[in-house]
Amino acid sequence: MENISKIQAFASKFKETNLAFTPTSIADAKNTLLHLDFPTTKTEFWKYTRLAKLAQLRLNQEKIRENEQVVAPLTDNGIVRITNGYITSFSKEIAGLTITPFSKCSEQQLSLIGKKADLKQNIFLALNTLYSQEGLFIEVEENAQIEGVFQLLFHAHGENCFAPFRVFIHVKKGSAFKLIQQFTASGEHLFSLPIVEYLVEENARISCDKLQMENASSFLLCEDYSIQKRNSTVLLNTFSISGAWVRNNSSFLIEGENCETNLNGAYLLKDLQHLDNHTIVDHIAPHCNSNELYKGILSGKSTGVFNGKVFVRPNAQKISAFQSNANVLLSDDASVNSKPELEIYANDVKCSHGSTTGQLDENAVFYLRARGLSEKSARSLITQAFIAEVVDKVEQKEVRDFIKNKLVELHDWTN
Amino acid sequence: MINIVNLHAEVEEKKILKGLNLNVKAGEIHAIMGPNGSGKSTLASILAGKEDYTVTAGNVEFDGKDLLELSTEDRARQGLFLAFQYPIEIPGVSNVNFLKSALNEIREYRGEEQISAKDFLALVKEKSALVELDSKLASRSVNEGFSGGEKKRNEIFQMAMLNPKLAILDETDSGLDIDALRIVANGVNKLRSPKNAAIIITHYQRLLDYIIPDFVHVLYDGRIVKSGGKELALELEEKGYDWIKEELASNAE
Repeated sequence: MENISKIQAFASKFKETNLAFTPTSIADAKNTLLHLDFPTTKTEFWKYTRLAKLAQLRLNQEKIRENEQVVAPLTDNGIVRITNGYITSFSKEIAGLTITPFSKCSEQQLSLIGKKADLKQNIFLALNTLYSQEGLFIEVEENAQIEGVFQLLFHAHGENCFAPFRVFIHVKKGSAFKLIQQFTASGEHLFSLPIVEYLVEENARISCDKLQMENASSFLLCEDYSIQKRNSTVLLNTFSISGAWVRNNSSFLIEGENCETNLNGAYLLKDLQHLDNHTIVDHIAPHCNSNELYKGILSGKSTGVFNGKVFVRPNAQKISAFQSNANVLLSDDASVNSKPELEIYANDVKCSHGSTTGQLDENAVFYLRARGLSEKSARSLITQAFIAEVVDKVEQKEVRDFIKNKLVELHDWTN
Repeated sequence: MINIVNLHAEVEEKKILKGLNLNVKAGEIHAIMGPNGSGKSTLASILAGKEDYTVTAGNVEFDGKDLLELSTEDRARQGLFLAFQYPIEIPGVSNVNFLKSALNEIREYRGEEQISAKDFLALVKEKSALVELDSKLASRSVNEGFSGGEKKRNEIFQMAMLNPKLAILDETDSGLDIDALRIVANGVNKLRSPKNAAIIITHYQRLLDYIIPDFVHVLYDGRIVKSGGKELALELEEKGYDWIKEELASNAE
């Protein structure tokens, strides 16, 4: 019998896409899966996140007719439900917004997809490209200010299911768009692979909150690719609330001048959870600001990774780029690997990065107890305050409240 | 109110308190003075329940209870308050929100009803005015970005909010300018009543011009070696501590 690679065995039951991606991207994806395998921890990009358990799974792509109504939307604005990688419920019409499934997109529209992503080096991007059965093309009309928050509810359900999905969001000139992406799972051995691309045109603005709330046997790998034109603003907040294994690869290319880019993340890990945040912020143009704030609280035997890379290219003068990662370890068995990186090739820039990992401030706990608060209340107040700095970056109050309540419930905090 | 008998304590095997006795009755204010390293702040920390110290002998009775058996929070709920020498900054924890939780946990412990939002706000308004603490400061994160004087005023504000039976002020006057000192002292004096008591730990006689103590004690080498009235503070200010050390040495001979 022919020797096949782990990735080929992994993908053996998957169905090739019928979507009209460009022939080169399909060929590149096939080629990547033929020549590359699952990366090991010897690869720098995967140093602290093991793929062995995922690679062992034998998954199917299973279409489910109805979305389990386990996921309640946060607001009643536009909602698209995506279950196991298939669209299961479609949004109502919203003025200024055109939402088209990939299967109904023109080749010209689909040709925009995957432009800046390196298909030849990334097996997960290749898996997503070759096996996504559907995708969503969202266009925000020029100068349209979309009211309320649009929601994408990703749900994985069943046993041994693979759920790849692709989203392309074209935020046209002068428009503004607010989005929530919610990720949930019910069942066992589920692997969700949603990849979202953002093309943010001149003077446009997008804010996006990712709420990752999968279950204790699920795998979630999110990739985000953003390209910004001049005077545009991007805000991405990622909250990793539950889920056994989560990896986020977020990549931001800042092509135009005078852009604002804000990335924030909070992760609260317990038991055996593993979370890895990899971010890349690539400053090409001058006069831009980027801010990155990631904070984590780890208990039990959980493990966390932060790797944030900021490039400042030779032409990117007068930019400022800040990056910070702070962690609190609540148990002896929890651990975190944090690596903020800066590569600067311009000479007139303001940049800083920092990383801290410590324990709860016992003097603060004592101070609050000396005022009559129980030890549990004191610890929970300080922990919540630590994370609140990130939660407060969320623009919508209903989303902030949802996150706070969810965390209080999951971590048995006093409110 | 509080009766400290033969208290011995150490930290990392270093003996700090070596048989301290102090009895404070309701309505009284006691000042404890003494040179650096004599054990003043250790005493305050032990009474509040800080776990870094080991009590090796002695006992402390507080309002009929064995104080040393109580957790830090239960001491506070029984009515003991420590104004910290170095108030801690707690980013993100709102001053008034945590005080409301604290007040309600204290009330629950005592079997009392929770305070209503309206009554609480009125209380904040009244008590912050008492120490001339801007109500904006009162609702900010605990001590974050406060000046030294603001931190100390915040301690007295919290004390006023919790209305303790026994207040221990650990060098609350250190580093205060004269205006802040007057405000702090004024706050303490207004809270004075025949039902409560205070222990004021200080380096300087200056504070005692504003808060008139009933008793002044000198803490030296882990024990109270001399007690007197308010005039003892003046004497210490004038003559320093050397004469007490000499007196002790000659007594020992």
